[in-house]
Amino acid sequence: MTRTPTHVLTGLILDEDSIFTLQELSVSCAVETEYIIELVEEGIVEPMGQQRDQQHWAFSGQSLLRVRKTQRLQQDLGVNLAGIALVLDMMDEIEQLRERLRRLD
Amino acid sequence: MEFRDYYELMGVDRNATQDEIKRAYRKLARKYHPDISKEPDAEKKFKEMGEAYEVLKDPEKRAAYDQLGKNYKAGQDFTPPPGWDAGFEFSGAGFGDTADASAFSDFFESLFGRGGFTQQRGPTGGFHARGQDHHAKILIDLGDAIHGASRTITLQVPEVDDQGHVHTRTRTLNVNIPKGVKQGQQIRLAGQGAPGIGQGGTGDLYLEIAFNPHNLYRVEGRDIYLDLPVAPWEAALGSTVKVPTPNGIVEMKIPADSGSGKKMRLKGRGIPGKITGDFYVVLKISLPQADSDKAKAIYEQMKTELNFNPRRNLGV
Repeated sequence: MTRTPTHVLTGLILDEDSIFTLQELSVSCAVETEYIIELVEEGIVEPMGQQRDQQHWAFSGQSLLRVRKTQRLQQDLGVNLAGIALVLDMMDEIEQLRERLRRLD
Repeated sequence: MEFRDYYELMGVDRNATQDEIKRAYRKLARKYHPDISKEPDAEKKFKEMGEAYEVLKDPEKRAAYDQLGKNYKAGQDFTPPPGWDAGFEFSGAGFGDTADASAFSDFFESLFGRGGFTQQRGPTGGFHARGQDHHAKILIDLGDAIHGASRTITLQVPEVDDQGHVHTRTRTLNVNIPKGVKQGQQIRLAGQGAPGIGQGGTGDLYLEIAFNPHNLYRVEGRDIYLDLPVAPWEAALGSTVKVPTPNGIVEMKIPADSGSGKKMRLKGRGIPGKITGDFYVVLKISLPQADSDKAKAIYEQMKTELNFNPRRNLGV
């Protein structure tokens, strides 16, 4: 019998059900909360629901992926935040169109 | 070690100006950025471009590389001659903010070294950088998404030894695939990425879920689609037929006068989740071949006795 590693890791699915506070999101992305606030102002990520109070902001798991993408695009391509907001929205739209194309195939 | 032709990698002329090199890099970086590109090996290409640009953008490194590269072709076996860099002055150890310089090739390291960037930060104290995030795609079967599964994944992790050399270590992880995952969804394993430098935290590991194509089913979000062949009389007269689903065979009632392409829903028989997906059956009418006298006679009878024009809506 070969010994199989018994330790099994369980991750977090980043979807609309995984929720992050402003603090959790900034810790997860290793950025200051101010940076996240800037991204919210630019419309790159959006807190869910109608919370005006930053202490009660709740972000979905997809927000985390968007923040990380923003960081990489800024660093690698030198795109500014307004440009990134545009790029991410257009990429989402392309993804939806690709999905529709696949359905028609 | 193989010689790398950085000019060829970037598709620029050996006499290209610094501006031309910068423009070429910008263009390639946009094309191959892993967050944007759909090319299968975008990440590898992007890293190669980054390495080539790291050398060519710096006139000092470029001059040294040109001097050395005169007699080499890409892919040719290469050993740097001793003292090859004598007479060239490099300002600083120069990786700037690249905490992931370990991603560069052995070829690059043999020429321009590695490390250095930790000491370089000087009097302000140690340099800290968060470890890189790792990304991996895992292929799962539809059944794994429905029932949950565990997968063993293998990652290549760059490590620096006491002498400052970089080695890749193979790391094996067992990961739970929770039931209900969707195509394209990301699973985050906090702290399972690359180790940081100094006090910098460990990076995270992101797993992207992709499904192996199934020979019967199509998956869209949490919904599952099946094309179900039916006989003309089953569709016309209505019937009860057997339908294979990932959870076993079920019986489904087809109403009379169902057309080809009719979509029928078996609620809640898709991928489980907070909102469980549905199972859709799309009817495909399959015609018996007119390959016997009996079959031909039946078709002839339909032709004469049914006043049927399939092109009525086309006005012909």
